[in-house]
Amino acid sequence: MVRGLAGDDAAHAELLSRMSIYLRRYFARKLSSSDADVEDLVQETLLAIHLRRETWDHKEPFTPWAYAIARYKLIDQFRRRRIRRAEPIEAAEGLFSTDADDTAARLDVERLLSGIPDRQRQVLRDVRIEGLSTRDAARKAGMSESAAKVSVHRSLRALMRRVRDAN
Amino acid sequence: MQTDDLIALMAADARKPVTPFPVTRRIGLAAFIGAIASLVILVLWLGVRDMAAASALPSYWMKTLYTSALAGAGFLVTERLCRPGAKPTNGLAAMTAVFTLMLGAAVFQLMSTSEEGIGDALLGSTWNSCPWRIAALATPGLFFCLLSMRRLAPTRPAFAGASAGLFVGGIAATVYGLYCTETSAAFTLIWYTCGIALCAAVGAVAGWRLLRW
Repeated sequence: MVRGLAGDDAAHAELLSRMSIYLRRYFARKLSSSDADVEDLVQETLLAIHLRRETWDHKEPFTPWAYAIARYKLIDQFRRRRIRRAEPIEAAEGLFSTDADDTAARLDVERLLSGIPDRQRQVLRDVRIEGLSTRDAARKAGMSESAAKVSVHRSLRALMRRVRDAN
Repeated sequence: MQTDDLIALMAADARKPVTPFPVTRRIGLAAFIGAIASLVILVLWLGVRDMAAASALPSYWMKTLYTSALAGAGFLVTERLCRPGAKPTNGLAAMTAVFTLMLGAAVFQLMSTSEEGIGDALLGSTWNSCPWRIAALATPGLFFCLLSMRRLAPTRPAFAGASAGLFVGGIAATVYGLYCTETSAAFTLIWYTCGIALCAAVGAVAGWRLLRW
């Protein structure tokens, strides 16, 4: 985490993927529901850990901080569920629809990404799928490297906002 | 896109190092802008008392010390509450200590006040406007502070909002001390604290609404 905060992307990736294993286990234990819900919570929590990583105090241990975020996201999920369950049952047509509401509530990263402007999405794809460095992806899209970084950051923040609005 | 893809994106985003003291910097900057705003409002709205005379009075320094100490304690609590898993114990202890000291000072002063002077010591001449004015002066600070906290991670939004209200309320009360000519410790204890508590109440409601993430 310390190296990730200092800008070491490999260390940051390793931390996040290790966290994803712990988080998956944690949420699976707490939720009796489907795998998809667990994975949504894992992704939401990772996103929160990433975007709010500066709120971790270096002098404190890392685990309680990450655990507090996971717990917050879990409680948030319970609250949303209760609200959803309390909604009146709509007309019978709801029974036959292919659980449209349920999928709408999910953090489907791919679908969320489709709402992001083309150039930003291209950079994201190049960095991830083509395995290009931010610099090469930036050159390809005709942007400066810092503009590409800003673009990646904006996309992640946009994802976060969409998650919030979807709830 | 699966979780691994998301992780790769976030790693690509991590190449810029985080600046030092992020929480203090964000809240501090917001409160600083808020303090400047309340100072400007005070000058345009109520004006400033004769500061050369005021700074020679112990009562002025008593008020300033009390409100800025409360603001300091409020800051400590807020800074902790913006970090998941952190406990605001020190700040709450500091707050209790400041309040208790002021209570002691007020009681001590009232005991040496003559009977007919008590009413004046408790109510002064501005008791019914003092808390409202403090709350009004704190509004810009509270707005900026809550806005900056949306980037942080308060896991108890109402509590964090209340402590932010107390923090900016303390600053606003300190600014208000540049105008207010009341001298009694009891007045400060009751009405200044009331104004700051009002800010904390507004902060709690606003925080509960705005600090979800």
